[in-house]
Amino acid sequence: MKIEDALEIVSQTNPGMVRSHNEDSIAQELACGLVVLADGMGGYNAGEVASGIAVSVVATEVCQHLQDASPTDRDEASGEELGVALLRDNIQRANASIFHAAQSQPQYAGMGTTIVAGLFYDNRVVVGHVGDSRMYRLRGETLETITRDHSLLQEQIDGGMISVEDARVSKNKNLVTRAVGIDAEVVPEIHVHDALAGDIYLLCSDGLNDMVEDEDIQSTLYAMQGNLPLAAEQLIQMANDNGGRDNISVMLVKVNGEFAAPRGWLAKLLNWLKK
Amino acid sequence: MAAKLILSMDGVVLKEYPLSKERMTIGRKAHNDIVIDNLAVSGEHAAIVTIQNDSFLEDLDSTNGLEVNGVPTKKHFLQNNDLVEIGKYKLKYINDQAGQVNPADFEKTMVLRAPVKQAASSAEKGDATMGLMKTQIIPNVKPAAEAIEKTGKFDVPQPNPPVAPPAVQPAVAVSAPQAAVIQILTGPNAGKELELVKNLTTLGKPGVQVAVLTRRPHGYFITHVEGASHPMVNGMSLGDQPHQLNDHDVIELAGVKMEFYFKG
Repeated sequence: MKIEDALEIVSQTNPGMVRSHNEDSIAQELACGLVVLADGMGGYNAGEVASGIAVSVVATEVCQHLQDASPTDRDEASGEELGVALLRDNIQRANASIFHAAQSQPQYAGMGTTIVAGLFYDNRVVVGHVGDSRMYRLRGETLETITRDHSLLQEQIDGGMISVEDARVSKNKNLVTRAVGIDAEVVPEIHVHDALAGDIYLLCSDGLNDMVEDEDIQSTLYAMQGNLPLAAEQLIQMANDNGGRDNISVMLVKVNGEFAAPRGWLAKLLNWLKK
Repeated sequence: MAAKLILSMDGVVLKEYPLSKERMTIGRKAHNDIVIDNLAVSGEHAAIVTIQNDSFLEDLDSTNGLEVNGVPTKKHFLQNNDLVEIGKYKLKYINDQAGQVNPADFEKTMVLRAPVKQAASSAEKGDATMGLMKTQIIPNVKPAAEAIEKTGKFDVPQPNPPVAPPAVQPAVAVSAPQAAVIQILTGPNAGKELELVKNLTTLGKPGVQVAVLTRRPHGYFITHVEGASHPMVNGMSLGDQPHQLNDHDVIELAGVKMEFYFKG
């Protein structure tokens, strides 16, 4: 199945109930199987600028590269699969762009952004993230977080200092330990997961998961899996009903079928001829 | 404003201690940060570790132990108004920072990381020219996990962060509407009641025919999710928009009638 037919992507972003403007940015590129979400930080409109740069650099560069290459190719420079290398390199490229903009424009000083991106190909998803924007996966009835926040709170949980239950009432919720554009270099966390037909992937900014319990996210995705636009709307509505103290962005990717990459020289040739 | 402990005995306030250090000890001996000179108190009785806006209380294997809100405790994540008891002494934990900050400052994500020098200087410049910056970089703070790894315990000497981050409020419980029930009127399950205790209750089977009942602060709504036939409320077919339910509305879904009503 072609990736355009195998995936269904729905996204929504909302400023929430308190903030006057939206510092989140999102982009979806169905043709190359890419979704990107970023939650910007910085004074005035610097947050939007940072998240906007991050999302556009990653979306544009990755898709452009994949026009005449397959994500399953080897990357010459790193020896990794191209899909993995592209995601990492372009998050780093976004980091450099934001960092340089912040250095050269005083009004953008100190701006930065979180990012979470998923590149779907060959029945897999490569997930790259920096900061506390998350990717969840609903498989069957089970909702799992497949990214681990780069945050003080997550480090405290990992270190056994604080339980997951206690973490819900922590006052240190919004301290991230890694961000894009703050430093000259950034190390994105990259993992590859198998994607199965029926899976639903949720990318979100912390405006969702700080306001809505995982249990409610699970029941919404499970009950509304047949109607993704409604599911996205419902998630944002629940966050706003609970106070909507931050911008809320939600991207849903549903895997409707298999999307194996073409194998062998003949398949590749046919694929090439189709272009 | 930093969190603080208020020491009292028999209802008389003795002293206030701001939690200004990363680790503060409570005990009978003079070198403690909070000295309670009483034989029921161990030399080093307990410690309080504060990381940014969160404080943790830990019993240092004291002879007589301690209680938090009446419960004997070894280790506790302190919440505003918690009452710590050591013998006859009471220590009240006050951390009401969230109440003192402009609501617009809540939930602002900040980076907890020492920046490179160049970035720091321009960030300062930016601060000066711009006034309020949402992103704050807090240098000199070690990631907690790293600190724990090093010592296996809380006692890591750590300078206080020079920039106090704005406090954030824990998610407030939003008042739920009045309790409500769905009673099935027809079909094999007639007479059965379903209390709507969750924020989202599914009627039907995902992949086939689904409607959901959502509980929102201002009431209950029914929404068609998927399936060939839309649910009916009081004989009227629903569109794709959520429909608010009133007391004693009759819902019909896939041939089964049920009544919605408020309880109590």
